[in-house]
Amino acid sequence: MASKYSNITVQAYRRENGRVGVRNHVVILPVDDISNAACEAVANNVKGTMAIPHAYGRLQFGEDLEVHFRTIIGAGANPNVAAVVVIGIEPGWTKRIADGIRETGKPVAEFSIEQKGDFETIRAASWAAKDFVHQATEMQREECSISELWVSTKCGESDTTTGLGSCPTVGNMYDKLLPEGITGFFGETSEITGAEHICQKRAINEEVGERWYKMWKAYSEDVIFAHQTDDLSDSQPTKGNIEGGLTTIEEKALGNLEKIGRTSQYIDILEPAEAPKSGNGLYFMDSSSAAAECVTLMAAGGAVIHTFPTGQGNVVGNPIVPVIKITANPRTVRTMSEHVDVDVSGILRREMTIDEAGDELIECIRRTANGRYTAAEALGHREFSMTKLYRSA
Amino acid sequence: MAEIPHLLVHEHDDNVGVVVVEGLTKGTDMLCCVTHDNSTFRLKSEADVPIGHKIALKDLKEGDTAIKYGEDIGKIIADIPKGHHVHTHNCKTKRW
Repeated sequence: MASKYSNITVQAYRRENGRVGVRNHVVILPVDDISNAACEAVANNVKGTMAIPHAYGRLQFGEDLEVHFRTIIGAGANPNVAAVVVIGIEPGWTKRIADGIRETGKPVAEFSIEQKGDFETIRAASWAAKDFVHQATEMQREECSISELWVSTKCGESDTTTGLGSCPTVGNMYDKLLPEGITGFFGETSEITGAEHICQKRAINEEVGERWYKMWKAYSEDVIFAHQTDDLSDSQPTKGNIEGGLTTIEEKALGNLEKIGRTSQYIDILEPAEAPKSGNGLYFMDSSSAAAECVTLMAAGGAVIHTFPTGQGNVVGNPIVPVIKITANPRTVRTMSEHVDVDVSGILRREMTIDEAGDELIECIRRTANGRYTAAEALGHREFSMTKLYRSA
Repeated sequence: MAEIPHLLVHEHDDNVGVVVVEGLTKGTDMLCCVTHDNSTFRLKSEADVPIGHKIALKDLKEGDTAIKYGEDIGKIIADIPKGHHVHTHNCKTKRW
């Protein structure tokens, strides 16, 4: 059924695989930590490129290695990326990552350092990067439907105002745009604790809900209960959450879940950094509640815009995905306005409804998709954090 | 709403509410609003409570359950008279 949101269009980049991106990055992507320096040197040589240095990538194995590969391949494959130069220490894993990104059809070049050294690698990779910049800077934005966007959410430095204002704002956006055909992501496995009975019921059917519950329970048992040394005070909720008035994980979880609105249902569950394969709709991604780790995983899953409700003022950004900050806390608006994209503090004063706030967020998504920088982009926040499941070999 | 509320309460079943103004002082005749239906009531604050922190809507006893969003958010671990500050010193998770 057509709604007032059905005809919203954005000017964006349509990629070789049909996906729609809202940025046009040429990325210099390290396979592993020791290739960061070469990538940064290439990015310094060729303007209009961006290196994404990160930790890890050596001697990982098993599921931890799979998460690493999915994260790096997913970052390169993201539709906000026009072309990728991949650099690793040796050719095997470098090729695996480059080939993974190549499946999208975008330009990819790969280089490995052993038997050549940094100088020769940087020289050859810089030529490829320069060629990619020329290609990318000729690409044109075209009219796309807002329904073609993949929009993720995760909140941070939450307080009681997030559950009252900024999270319901995101939920209202999903309730309006998911029926139009967008794909959405939410997650933060540990942070559903206390609201798991509600989250399970928000699955599209019983089978998906049961799979969700098994995943949540496995995380609680294998990670939290296996490793906890106290009641997780200062970790979940965090010190910032407690300063903001959140007392328990149950309270935090109930506020967190406001991000999926009143009517939205999730259609499937994703592993960390996994791309959706069940069509348009809302997905739960098994993920950490740490801001940079979670946004990085969702970007690897293919989200092109991230909506980030905050209470006390989390400042996180991402190198490839614009992160839109929404806050309802008037103190945060007063003290940290350079980080705020959507001010919904009027909800607390009862001057603004959740419906109006949702419309403001949709308007901010539209403008961001058209190219307007978010606060995090303007301030240079490019946090790219790998999720590590256990120690490397 | 002509007057800006001091305290917001999610649901009618809740026994705690959230301070949504900065610098709330003890003895304030608070305008309280239940966001579920925008109904209002008044309550006197019995402490200086920072923005975002919770206030007991009725006398809470050790062993009681704190209710917010109409849901269980933890156990009360020390008596809290109506109008007083509810936080980590008198309320705790039941989970971990």
